[in-house]
Formats: sequence, structure tokens, C-alpha cells
Amino acid sequence: MKICITNGRIINPCTKYDKVSDVWIDGKKIISVGKKPTGFIAKKVIDATNQIVCPGFVDLGSYLQEPGYEHKATIASEAKAAAAGGFTSICCMPKTNPVIDTPAVVELIKERARGIATPKIYCIGALTEGLKGQVLAEMSALREIGCVGVSNAREAIQDTVVLKNSLEYAASIDLTVFMSCEDPWLAKGGSMHDGLVSTKKGLIGIPSSAELIALSKVLILVEQTGAKVHFHALSAGRSVKYISDARQKGLPVTCDVSISHLNLCDQDIKDYDSNYHVRPPLRSRRDKSTLINGLKKRQIDAISPHHEPQDADSKATTFSSSEPGISSYDTFLSLLWALVRSGQLTESRAIESVSCAPGRALGKGDNGIIVGDVADICVFDPNLVWTTHSDNIVSRGKNTPFLNREMTGKVTHTIADGQIIYSRS
Amino acid sequence: MDSQNIQLDQTGKLKHFLSIDGLSKDLITTILDHAETFTSVSERSSKKVPILRGKTVVNLFFESSTRTRTTFELAAKRLSADVMNINLESSATKKGESLSDTLKTLEAMQADMFVVRHQDSGAAEFIARQVAQNISVINAGDGSHSHPTQAMLDMFTIRKHKKTFEQLRVAIVGDIAHSRVARSEIHALQILGVPEIRVVGPKTLIPTAIDKLGVRTFNSLESGIDKADVIIMLRLQQERMRSALLPSGREFFNTFGLTKEKLRLAKSDVIVMHPGPINRGVEIDSKVADSPESVILQQVTHGIAVRMAVMSLTMGASVT
Repeated sequence: MKICITNGRIINPCTKYDKVSDVWIDGKKIISVGKKPTGFIAKKVIDATNQIVCPGFVDLGSYLQEPGYEHKATIASEAKAAAAGGFTSICCMPKTNPVIDTPAVVELIKERARGIATPKIYCIGALTEGLKGQVLAEMSALREIGCVGVSNAREAIQDTVVLKNSLEYAASIDLTVFMSCEDPWLAKGGSMHDGLVSTKKGLIGIPSSAELIALSKVLILVEQTGAKVHFHALSAGRSVKYISDARQKGLPVTCDVSISHLNLCDQDIKDYDSNYHVRPPLRSRRDKSTLINGLKKRQIDAISPHHEPQDADSKATTFSSSEPGISSYDTFLSLLWALVRSGQLTESRAIESVSCAPGRALGKGDNGIIVGDVADICVFDPNLVWTTHSDNIVSRGKNTPFLNREMTGKVTHTIADGQIIYSRS
Repeated sequence: MDSQNIQLDQTGKLKHFLSIDGLSKDLITTILDHAETFTSVSERSSKKVPILRGKTVVNLFFESSTRTRTTFELAAKRLSADVMNINLESSATKKGESLSDTLKTLEAMQADMFVVRHQDSGAAEFIARQVAQNISVINAGDGSHSHPTQAMLDMFTIRKHKKTFEQLRVAIVGDIAHSRVARSEIHALQILGVPEIRVVGPKTLIPTAIDKLGVRTFNSLESGIDKADVIIMLRLQQERMRSALLPSGREFFNTFGLTKEKLRLAKSDVIVMHPGPINRGVEIDSKVADSPESVILQQVTHGIAVRMAVMSLTMGASVT
């Protein structure tokens, strides 16, 4: 479709382009920026006055809950929520039922997304069969069918031999491994960060050392195996130093932090509200500011939603008995822009860390607003004020600590592969 | 309580009794004064008062308990309420209906008060937020978070013996990490103005950052109870005795068990307390448990009066 986005402020972090101008799209691609192509008649004109036009957001790993947990959410429901949140590419985590450890499950997910206007959906396959940490998954077959990487989700591989071998095997077929780091013994029974707040609430704490120990173990094995590893959702401030030291040694590692951990800390947990129950847990205020600082200095590459929709019953219980997870597609842009408005991130760095940087971690290169590029674009109004309600949250999961809050900033249009997949009207 | 205190109604009266944290000194003193009037009821030949006549109290125990449930039952009966005891296996509620569905079912039985014990921290508060407006919830112990009536009966016992709180040195000894009693006591002692609160135990049983609550930590019993006015010994749960937390009950007794000899380090008029049931020879020597310094059985008696006070105060707030 021929689309023209007019009068928007185009921010393209990778080329440092920042200018009020127009973008022309034909078919899947951007055919011009700034200068109208001769004879172009747009079928759809998007007036982006006072809005920002930027590369579409890339999600590095969310729990879409299908197949297996359709009572929580479905691929269709969450793809729609992702589109409304400005995402043009999303990755689904293998923790489904059945687990994404065979090409058949990947086919099923592709099938479920067929025929609906959605972001591009990529699968992250299982690192071990059934995520059980015992037998390696058929990674080569998973790569063939299109998996962008492999992961054991949040299931720890306790046997270090299996961990080493899985990294080694992934390295030999050049597949990125997405790692969540949490020592299962130190985290056992825990539901929040180990600190003054957990002591006051009488909840079992998960110390930062649970993340640091698991992270260092993987980093040592990365050095040994040469595996390309992306670390998901770092939560402890000290992890940033571990990662940057590894990079200085030249290890092929990247990392992200979740939007929730940049906006919340353990002190924000209201009473025992289970909507704040998330893994890794929300850590201290100090951890939060170290993570933001790490993003600024590019020691952390990307910000990801780590969207995890839950059904009401999974949260309608006590904090420790509730299922972890925050539904974050709907509030993602508002929370990202809150970091910009408070001066913690520049506009350019904020956009880069949710678009080009995660795109690079996925091996998809920089997606940008550049002539000749695939048109994956997000248009948002940074000043639009709205209030979150369970009925205007697109995701089926209403499990967000930001429910019934006034938010600033909202996505108005999302374009993926040159198709308008979301339009706020 | 972190944010708004849901225990209080709009006029500041007690509606639920969930946690000591966030209560005023006046309110705590009122509860203690009320309990004082109820002690005389228990000494009469007819031990009943008609304060809660026609009301239904449901003891909702998701975790087993004998003494707490019994004293609550006795307290409710002495106030002339009808009492129902419901024991809910946690696994049954986890597998079957959700906690909120269980509550709806019980609400339909038109109870006026729930006395709740649950293995999860925050459970009583969760229930208080879920139930209908006219129902009061009393926390009879939630996870490692809070056991406010136990703390109140301990304060009552301390006040009986020491009269005031402002000059006291109180040592709480044992498994602080898993203790809801210790957490509630720390709050209560602080609100009542105790200048020095100590927690005593090996590092594996002391929770993270507890010193930020304004208490002093001691890793040896001898220094921890030195010149103490009040020693509160906590029960060491069986499952913690031989684990990665502690080598054995015997070693715990040798290092943190309260003996007559060690008790001499405390002030001469020290009182020794314990929430019960006691493990003789683990946290406390029999000679200490049965000594004149021990006020352990008085605590049990006071428990009935204090629970009568809390029940009548919360119901008063909800019926008027």
C-alpha cells in the first residue's frame, strides 16, 4: 500500500537523523524520506503533526501463552496488543505447552498468526528438550524452521555439563542463546528481592547473588565455548559490570533489561499487590538506577517488554502464591517516555534501545527510517495523556501494576512490512 | 501496612486487625486497657459477657494450629459469639477453588468475623480486601509476616510486669527470619517506646537488613541478653533444626539455648517469655521454662483477654 506519513518528527537513532519531515512507503519499503517521489499518490495519509516517527519496536522475548495456556492469552490477542504498543517484531519464548522444541510447534505458532495483521512473530526455540535441562533440543531443525535463537526460558539448567554442551552445540551452528540467569537454589521459594522490604513483608527474598552467580557461570562458559549469548532481563545493578567486563574481553554477549525494572523497584510494591510479582524480582532503587546508567553508557544494549500476560485467577491470590509476570505491551511506550521526560534517557537513546539495538541482538541488523529499508515504523504522540483501564488494555492480561493510572505518551500508528497493523482512531 | 491502613475505618477505629505496623500508640494502649477489663471476666465464675451475642465468628485456618485457634475460640465464646472452625488444607484450595472463591462461599454463610491463619505472608490483608464491608478480619498469623494478637498479648504481659516500656531492653532470641511473632513484636515494642530492641541468633536465622528496622543484631546469646529486662525466646521449628540453616537442635541449644547460667547475664528482675509451644532442651532449658522468671503460662492466659479485646473492638467499629 502507498502510505505517506506527513509532518512528523522523524527520529532515526542509527543515522542520528532528527527532523520534522515526511516518509513515503510503497509496498514493503520506505521509498523516500523528506522529498516526495514524483507521481506518488498516497492511498493513506497519516498526519503525524506533533508526533514522533521512529523505527518499529522489537521485542526480544515475551510469553504469548499459546499453545497451552490459552486461558491466559493467545498469539492473536497478544500480537494485537503488541501492534498497539508500537512493536513490529516480537519473539515468543519457548515456555509453551508443548514447549517449542520441535518444528511442529513453530509451524503451529506461524499458523495461528496467519491472516491477521500482526507484527512479525519470531520463535525462540528450546535449548533443551521440554526445557528440562537434560537433553539438548533439536536446535538445527529449529533453526531451519526459522527460530531466531534458543533459550531455556526461566528454567535453570542445573547440570553444568548440560549447560556447557548446550552452549557449545548452539555455537557450532551459530545460533544465539537467550539466557535468563537465576540460581535455582538461591531463588527457591522466593517471590521478591531480598532486602528490607522482603524482611518487612515476611516474604522469602531472592538475593541479587542468585543472578550474579548464574550470570558468572554462563560468562565463564561463553569464554570456553564461544557461544553467542544474549542475556534477558538483567535485574541486579552489579550484573552490568560483569557484562561490560566480559565485553572488554571480547566475548560475544549482549543484554537487555525489562521496562518494568527501569520504572519500578521493590519499595514501589504496594501492600501485597500480586501485579508487582515478576521474575526476576523488582530490585532496589539503587539497582534500578545502575541499570538506567548502564543503558545510557550502552553497557546494556536494549530495553524489552518481557510481556507476560496472566489470567485474573493466577493473580487473585497472595503475592507468593500468584504467578509471576507483568503485562507490558500496552504501557511500554508511556513507561519508556517517562524515562525520557524525567531526563534519565535521551530521546534518541530511548528509541535506539527499543528498535535498532534489539534488532541487532536478533541478528536482523538496524531497522531504520532510511530509503530502501523495510517499512517497520512506529508513530507515537509523546504528549497524549490517557488512563489505563482493564477495558482499554488491549492485551488479554490485565496484570499490570500501572492499572488505573494516568499515563503520558501513546502509539498512534504501527506499520510492519509496509502494512498498517495498528491505527488509533 | 505500607500504604493506607485498611485496618481502620474512616473515624480511625479498628475495623480489621491485620498488622501492628501503622497502628498508633494510643490504639495499642486502648487494646491493652480493654484486655485489662476482660481479665476480670475470666476470673469470674460465669465467664461470659454478651458483647458479641448473635454474631458469627469463623476461625479460618489454612495452616494447622492448636493453641491460637483454641484461645480465639474461647475468646469468642466468652463474648457470647457463635463460633465455627474451618480447617482448609492449603493444597486443596490451591488445586481446587481459588482463595477468592473460597471466601465468597464463606461469606454466603453470613459470618461477621473471620479469624485467619494462612501460610502465605499477606494473606489476611488479601482476605480483608476481598470480603464484604460488614465483615471484620483478624490475622491469626500470616506466613512470616505478622501475628499481631500474639504481639499484643506479649505487650500485655510485659506491661503487667514492667509497668512502662520507656526504659526497657528487650531481646528476641532464635529464628527471627521465619518468625511472624518477632516482626510484630518489633513493631509493637517500637510504637510503645522501647529504647533498645535486640534480635539474637546465628546469621542464618537473621533476615536481611533487619537493622534498618531500628533493632540491634547479636550473633551470640551471651552478649545479646546482657542486662536485658525482657527475653523473648522463639520456637525453633522442627524442620529447621537439621538443615542448611542449622547443624542440629543440640548445637543450637549449646549456643543459643537459654539456661539458668546464661540467664544470670540478664537483669535480676528479667522476665522470660515464649509464644509456645516450647521445645525444652532446644531453645530453652526446662529449669528456665519452669523458673519464677518464666511468664510463659501467663502469656497463654493473657492471650484470651487480649483476643477478647481485639474481637470486641473490631466488631464495635463495624456494628456502630
